[in-house]
Amino acid sequence: MAAPALLVFGLFALVPLAGVVLLSFTSWDGLGTPRWSGADNWMRAAGDPVTRNAVWLTVKLTVLSYLFQAPVSLLLGVYTASRSRHREALAVLYFLPLLFSSAAVALTFKGLLDPNFGLGAALNVPALTRDWLGDADLALGVVVFVIGWCFIPFHTLLYQAGVRQIPASLYESARIDGAGPLAQFTHITLPQLKYTFVTSSTLMLVGSLTYFDLIFVLTAGGPGDATRILPLDMYLTGFRSYDMGKASVVGVVLVAVGLALALGLNRMSGANRMESRQEGA
Amino acid sequence: MTPSIRSGPRRRNVAGALGGWLWLAVTLLPVYYIVVTSLRPQDDYHTENPLSLPSNPTLAAYGRVLDAGFLGYFANSVVVTTAAVAGTLAVSLMAAYVVVRGRTRFAQRVFRLVLLGIAIPIQATVVPVYYLIVQMGLYDTLAALVLPSIAFAIPLTVLILVNFLRDVPEDLFASMRMDGASEWRILWSLALPMTRPALVTVGVYDALTVWNGFLFPLVLTQSQSTRVLPMSLWVFEGSFSVDVPGLLAAVVLSVLPVAAVYVVARRQLVAGLTAGFGR
Repeated sequence: MAAPALLVFGLFALVPLAGVVLLSFTSWDGLGTPRWSGADNWMRAAGDPVTRNAVWLTVKLTVLSYLFQAPVSLLLGVYTASRSRHREALAVLYFLPLLFSSAAVALTFKGLLDPNFGLGAALNVPALTRDWLGDADLALGVVVFVIGWCFIPFHTLLYQAGVRQIPASLYESARIDGAGPLAQFTHITLPQLKYTFVTSSTLMLVGSLTYFDLIFVLTAGGPGDATRILPLDMYLTGFRSYDMGKASVVGVVLVAVGLALALGLNRMSGANRMESRQEGA
Repeated sequence: MTPSIRSGPRRRNVAGALGGWLWLAVTLLPVYYIVVTSLRPQDDYHTENPLSLPSNPTLAAYGRVLDAGFLGYFANSVVVTTAAVAGTLAVSLMAAYVVVRGRTRFAQRVFRLVLLGIAIPIQATVVPVYYLIVQMGLYDTLAALVLPSIAFAIPLTVLILVNFLRDVPEDLFASMRMDGASEWRILWSLALPMTRPALVTVGVYDALTVWNGFLFPLVLTQSQSTRVLPMSLWVFEGSFSVDVPGLLAAVVLSVLPVAAVYVVARRQLVAGLTAGFGR
């Protein structure tokens, strides 16, 4: 009964996973037959300043977007977890960005950030009237912000649900012991959110390796190579420069980093994903 | 709504409220901007304040988008999303049933392997996926979008269904088996109805992902006849480069169906999503 799932998953996920490793040792223009070329692609990728820059940008983007998303999601999640009506309404509205495709989000922000007809012009604040996406120093920051706009809602939701699963008795006994709100937050809420934190962090960190479509439409990797992170570098190298072998090298690097991140986080948490979450809550 | 005992500390939280409302503004401003701009006449876009209400609101931009073949792209998205979600749910439910009921070491191993799919940025394998699709002669067909979409949705879908199926009481399965029901029969008349809430939730989530997917259409299709909505937005950007109201009208039109589903299925979607990820 599991056969159909294994067949599809095997053919279009596991085989490509092995395939990307193989292809990284071939030279292929995307049309003909891949030819074995040994470590050539790896050498070229290692020596290419564009690829090296892409690695560095990916690290930067991952760290910055994590530092932006994690605290905001945690705080919003905790805030909206209370059963007050207006906070629940807030949570409903926070969800809205999840409905938009990345292409839609990117186009919207392109309009909003337009130096002539965008937000800067609307508010008449000179400091906001900048070429946000055309300035190499600003573009990555803008990307981090837009990514946050897209994904913070989802993580807020996770934290909200996590907080709601914390037994109320913990707070009651803490209150009896005279713990203030801050002490309750640091001694009950935060430790109890451990698994939420790991789940959310894994998705955030692994997710930042896949922010392709948003950045592709928003900046196409530019200006220059200022936002050309690894997934973009992979696409542009493979499907624009028709250098599929080198693109596969980038793919392998992405897979390796994602796997390492996920395994590391999983180990750190000691969360055993095979157990039902209903037990020992 | 009765105040719940689970509500934790209930006192005024000024900093929280401030942050909460600030984020609301951050969330809503772009949404407001899209709607307002899509209703603006093309000529006024360059003269009016971008955040003001349009002085001559018009649906003309929507007309231009519809004339540009939008409904065809919409239909493609519906076909791809429906096929992908139906396929994903069917194969994932069967797989989840085997993982939970099979209890064999093999099934558990396979389950772990599938779960790796959640951890790995599987977009990184798009080059070999492209190779496979070309070799199978599926390049530039809608099937080229459906099959990989199913494969990539399986890990999360199976995980959520497994978490859900695990909590169905053992006795129910045992009594059906006592009555001589086959595995297929149990799957159909017990597992399916019991997991319906989870199926709806994860189905909606998968639908969102496929509906909004961009990378596969970009890499695996080419012609206008196989264009789906996110691609059409991108193409509109090229051809509508001076028509921002038109572009944003297209954005609104592409979001409307998703928003409609969200309005109908919100509670279930949110509840199921968060249950699926556990804490």
